Amino acid sequence: MTVTTVKPDSAVQAADAVRWALSEGTPLDVAGSGSKRGLGRPIQTACTLDLSGLSGVVAYEAEELVLTARAGTPMAEILPMLAERRQQLAFEPQDLGALFGQPEGQGTLGGVISCGLAGPRRISAGSARDHTLGIEGVNGRGDLYKGGGKVVKNVTGYDVPKLMAGSFGTLTVLTELTVKVLPAPEDVRTLLLAGREDAGAVAVLTAALQSPYDVSGAAHLPAAVAARSHVRAVAAAGGAVTLVRVEGFGPSVTARVAALTEELGADAVLDRDESRAVWKEVRDVAYFGPSPASAGEGRGGGDDSRHVWKISVQPSEGPRVAESIRWALDAELYFDWGGGLIWAAVAPTADSATAIRGALGTAGHATLVRAPEDVRITAEVFHPLPEPVMALSRRVKESFDPCGILNPGRMYAGV
Amino acid sequence: MRMPAPDDGVIARRREIIAALRAIVPGEGVIADESELRAYECDGLTAYRQLPMVVVLPSTTEQVSWVLRTCKEMGVKVVPRGAGTSLSGGALPLADGVLLGMGKFNRILDIDFANRCVVTQPGVTNLGISNAVAHEAFYYAPDPSSQIACTIGGNIAENSGGVHCLKYGLTTNNVLGLEMVLMDGTILRLGGKHLDAGGYDLMGIVTGSEGLLGVVTEVTVRILKKPATARAVLIGFPTSEQGGDCVAAIIAAGIIPGGMEMMDRPAIHAAEDFVHAGYPLDVEALLIVELDGPAAEVDHLIDQVAEIARSKGCCYSRVSTSEEERLSFWAGRKAAFPAVGRISPDYYCMDGTIPRKALPLVLHRMQEMSDRYALRVANVFHAGDGNLHPLILYDANKPGELERAEAFGNDILRLCVEVGGVLTGEHGVGVEKRDLMTDQFDEVDLDQQQRIKCAFDPDGLLNPGKVFPKLHRCAELGRVHIHKGELRFPDIPRF
Repeated sequence: MTVTTVKPDSAVQAADAVRWALSEGTPLDVAGSGSKRGLGRPIQTACTLDLSGLSGVVAYEAEELVLTARAGTPMAEILPMLAERRQQLAFEPQDLGALFGQPEGQGTLGGVISCGLAGPRRISAGSARDHTLGIEGVNGRGDLYKGGGKVVKNVTGYDVPKLMAGSFGTLTVLTELTVKVLPAPEDVRTLLLAGREDAGAVAVLTAALQSPYDVSGAAHLPAAVAARSHVRAVAAAGGAVTLVRVEGFGPSVTARVAALTEELGADAVLDRDESRAVWKEVRDVAYFGPSPASAGEGRGGGDDSRHVWKISVQPSEGPRVAESIRWALDAELYFDWGGGLIWAAVAPTADSATAIRGALGTAGHATLVRAPEDVRITAEVFHPLPEPVMALSRRVKESFDPCGILNPGRMYAGV
Repeated sequence: MRMPAPDDGVIARRREIIAALRAIVPGEGVIADESELRAYECDGLTAYRQLPMVVVLPSTTEQVSWVLRTCKEMGVKVVPRGAGTSLSGGALPLADGVLLGMGKFNRILDIDFANRCVVTQPGVTNLGISNAVAHEAFYYAPDPSSQIACTIGGNIAENSGGVHCLKYGLTTNNVLGLEMVLMDGTILRLGGKHLDAGGYDLMGIVTGSEGLLGVVTEVTVRILKKPATARAVLIGFPTSEQGGDCVAAIIAAGIIPGGMEMMDRPAIHAAEDFVHAGYPLDVEALLIVELDGPAAEVDHLIDQVAEIARSKGCCYSRVSTSEEERLSFWAGRKAAFPAVGRISPDYYCMDGTIPRKALPLVLHRMQEMSDRYALRVANVFHAGDGNLHPLILYDANKPGELERAEAFGNDILRLCVEVGGVLTGEHGVGVEKRDLMTDQFDEVDLDQQQRIKCAFDPDGLLNPGKVFPKLHRCAELGRVHIHKGELRFPDIPRF
């Protein structure tokens, strides 16, 4: 199949391109930098709509806590700009380059929001959807429209930007996004507790999250995973490692670390650099990435044949679900979000999806994040939805894209 | 304010409709007597009143499902209602519609400290949730001013906020799961005690949809541990510009206060006369900045805030030294609305958001409008997030003043949009701002929003006449006007 790539350099051209595709009956593969092609179900289209030309920050006013950028703007451009004003995207967008064995820093703002990628701070600051204030884009009818607003507080009309976050480009070709930005923490420290079993570790994380000390990261790395960390104190702990992160102003961090250490105990406290390094690994699922030669010793799991699952569960159920998965499959896993997020790397078997979703029951959902294309074609990559929710989701898709030309099937067959 | 013309055919079938509802909700759950219907004729926006055709008060999800399904089959419109505290007319009844009251859904179902969430029925009040978890020092963060009365179901319909929202988010940022019923009776569950629902963020589009997409029958919200301490600082400025500059500088310094409120001179005077909070009376703008968190953090930041205020030319500054003093700072702000009620027979509370930097311009233009309309205006302002609440003072007994107040209010909201803001920051569009939607959104934007409505409620029976200035039929919105070969774009570069 010959693949045409259309690369608009304005929102109006993007609308023209969608109308052209509509008139030709040609579905579009909507892409930014293409760094997240491995996510979701593979789609086969004769035409790629490449949004990398829609690049550039349109407005950034630190005092207003708002940034507007075109969808194809590289995160590598946005993040340093925010850092310069000591601000950040508080949901901690993931960079899955390490997981997919690709260079880091390749993603775009549109891709991050479309894929709904959020990191460890999800538990306190919310997800990508919580920081998406406004959008402009082209629906599947070729209409250039806007939703939401460009201020941090807005309840005017439907919250269309929320619906865009995590919709994988199936509803609208995003051309511009307005996101909420927040101050970056002045300091960060991490309590490290060694040698806890899963259940005991999640109990510690629960206690930390029930404290008034604004814990912004709560993860547990079983021994095999901790051993792969680049952070010496983590790898050298010689067993499982439980991590509790505290961020904020210097005196506040010092006081909170002291209070938490007294309440929870700690075998070590990671300093600022170590903290940043370990939470980046946790965020980017680096432990399950292949080991590129350049990354040095210990980096990644070295086994990219394993399928990687992202499993969201109520935190108290995390250890039970993990145990069930381990019992049924050859799986390595670790916990984030206080036990509510399990990252699992499983040896490929035909029934792993069934085993994982069976372990989960109705307690959450599981997404296949990394697997070869032939697996993702047949597997249910996204968690199957109850029929009434699926039926509504189809109607929502039709309301944006009645002819099914935007990333058809990327999330669910027929959506 | 024009509502959709009542359907005489539906009104003629009133007895039949009441009988059908009584078959679902027995006894006192169906109200048809005119004197009893009177209690439901308006919500918090009392300028608009309409008796509903009938009120139904179901007590189970199944009953809600049957009521909606039956109404759909009979072609009857439904207006959902929580406690009726909406300030934008979101629960204004329809003469040919059923008012679906959710007040009997008043139980908290599960308090789960381990997972830091509460599962509740929608008729529980916002404050009721915080009270239920207070013994473990937890609370539910969004805090609309009406939190003692407003229900969590209504909060979801309106995506309510409050003083805490800059730091802790709106309703949408604090909801984990929903059970809801669509107009055709379908019962759906979205999300749960885990994070992120999977699939499209349907919970995100339902939250703040003002009762147009479905009826929420169960809610899971996240709860937070109460901050260890809270202290407030009261800061007065000779000009509103300096007050605005101070707010910007606090945020630029990386400080996100738990609350940051501003009042202008008329609001300060009204509040001080009413509650004697000890506010300075010789300032043009008064800021209340509250910092919450561990004592070490609060002590550190309060000094920084005081320093920033000095650098921006404050002429008054007082830091609370006790819980009692902190609460006294807030007493005036929280009583600002009734305080203004004492100096004017009536007042009209507006709600729009602006980029904060536009504050001096907006206040200046508002004063010009005040002169032009010959009506006074007092301002209280969620300064942290740019959410304005101008209070327009008028006397409903003087002919033409209500109309002038409404026209003044509309001009203020248009100004909010003109400077890059939005029509509503927390009260919702409802009927009040419905006809201004075209000032913020163009027809293409509104058509897309209405197509979402069609996905949930294709017959448009749920709360029609709210939010959207023009009612469309879904079939008409569904047409795609592109035909093969009609449009080609050879000038687009391809590779």
